[in-house]
Amino acid sequence: MATALAKAADAESVDHAARIEHVSKSFTGPAGRQLVLDDITLDVAPGEFVTLLGASGCGKSTLLNLVAGLDEPSAGSITTHGRPALMFQEHALFPWLTAGKNIELALKLRGVPKSDRRGRAEELLELVRLKGAHGKRVHELSGGMRQRVAMARALAQDSRLLLMDEPFAALDAITRDVLHDELTRIWQETGVSVLFVTHNVREAVRLAQRVVLLSSRPGRVAREWRVDIPQPRRIEDAPVAELSLEITEVLRGEIRRHGQH
Amino acid sequence: MASTDTTGTAPGASVEDGLGGLEAGLDALEVQAASRPPFRQTLFHKILPPVVAVAVVLAVWQALISLRIVDDPTKLPSPADVGGEFRDAWLKGELLGYIWTSVSRGLLGFLFALALGTPLGLLVARVKAVRAAIGPVLSGLQSLPSVAWVPPAVIWLGLNNSMMYAVILLGAVPSIANGLVSGIDQVPPLFLRAGRTMGATGLRGAWHIVMPAALPGYLAGLKQGWAFSWRSLMAAEIIASSPDLGIGLGALLENGRNASSMSMVFEAILLILFVGIAIDLLIFSPLERWVLRSRGLLVKG
Repeated sequence: MATALAKAADAESVDHAARIEHVSKSFTGPAGRQLVLDDITLDVAPGEFVTLLGASGCGKSTLLNLVAGLDEPSAGSITTHGRPALMFQEHALFPWLTAGKNIELALKLRGVPKSDRRGRAEELLELVRLKGAHGKRVHELSGGMRQRVAMARALAQDSRLLLMDEPFAALDAITRDVLHDELTRIWQETGVSVLFVTHNVREAVRLAQRVVLLSSRPGRVAREWRVDIPQPRRIEDAPVAELSLEITEVLRGEIRRHGQH
Repeated sequence: MASTDTTGTAPGASVEDGLGGLEAGLDALEVQAASRPPFRQTLFHKILPPVVAVAVVLAVWQALISLRIVDDPTKLPSPADVGGEFRDAWLKGELLGYIWTSVSRGLLGFLFALALGTPLGLLVARVKAVRAAIGPVLSGLQSLPSVAWVPPAVIWLGLNNSMMYAVILLGAVPSIANGLVSGIDQVPPLFLRAGRTMGATGLRGAWHIVMPAALPGYLAGLKQGWAFSWRSLMAAEIIASSPDLGIGLGALLENGRNASSMSMVFEAILLILFVGIAIDLLIFSPLERWVLRSRGLLVKG
């Protein structure tokens, strides 16, 4: 399995998995032209885990959509190597396919020959610890299992960059903790770069090597923190809690500014 | 309760095993085993009620005759008379002929309607100009009783099978096309976004994402399309009966009326009803249930 997944790691030749340069985005709504993202510059290094943190209206999901290529920036440029994989808050698995066939569809769309798909899908299911779930229908799986299949499907795209849009926000706390551990393990095993969007400060600190805080309306990079706490971390660990507290204070300061006119 | 539980993962134990085991436990707790209901339950909840309903109708009918509430056989024949009509037709070897004449016409017409309505629905759903041009007309046509098409069809095509097929098409194509359009309109945007990030755009997107996602709406359209086909065909057979056309169920009904034989009229009505229900029960309902069940959309209860 390690050899099959090694491709994501041999990105040494490039110095970034995603390069976001001076990106702005505005939408024209009923209230006129509205600036959502303002001059964002951000690099994700190969194999790096970065979380984008912000309150509502900071445009973090918009930024992720831009990186995923689902939308065009109004100004600035974004470079990625190949099409990034994207995971949503909802599992977005196709209910007319089994868990395994969902993964095989991603493989097929990537051009993997038919004879290899089944075996590769089994490997990916094993990676997310769902061995034997190939024939299961989506509705037969629990919320946590669905997100793990979605993760396997995203990994099936064999992209160097995995974008995650609050993928665990709809899960219960116990399952979320377990999936944090899983994500850390899979990230370490595969060497994939991750750009992870969340509004949960502790989740951001628990997972990332780097936390980027966005201000709201318009979204700008407010501050960045390196997280040097060694993995595996737990969300209850004292250093995680300590840094979370510090970041939360800054985040609250950002939010307060919007109450003052 | 938890305070006495100190037998958790020991510090030396592998973190990996602990996580895998924890996850397996969570999965087992959250997944419910689905099982088919026992036969007794199916018997009492699914099979018995319709049987009882039919029995009650027959009993009331017989009571109307026996108690002489209606004693004019030209208005209401007895169940036994109608049964006799069925037996005669069966013994003369004509019963299956009546059914087959109509059913073969209906199904062939429906297949034509399918072949026309599907691409039409795709066009209307996906091409904005086409939708603006004929979308409203297509929905409007659904409310036009297809019997209205019989007179012009007879004038254009004459008293023959093509006329029957034309009426079926005009009745069923709008239903099938509209079903596909609403199926496509209801595809969750999330699926389209997920598909696009996986590289399913254009025709590949239509084939792998849009069509399968729209299948439940499409099937509902097919079901309604069949109902419309069958109704249109019966209208056409009743109005345009001719010896050259063979005797289908509509013609049988018309013959009964001409012969003032109420039991033959009842026979024809029951056969028309029976065929409509049988096709739905044998083809469309299982198809629909299979699609919904495989997607977890069938709520039991």
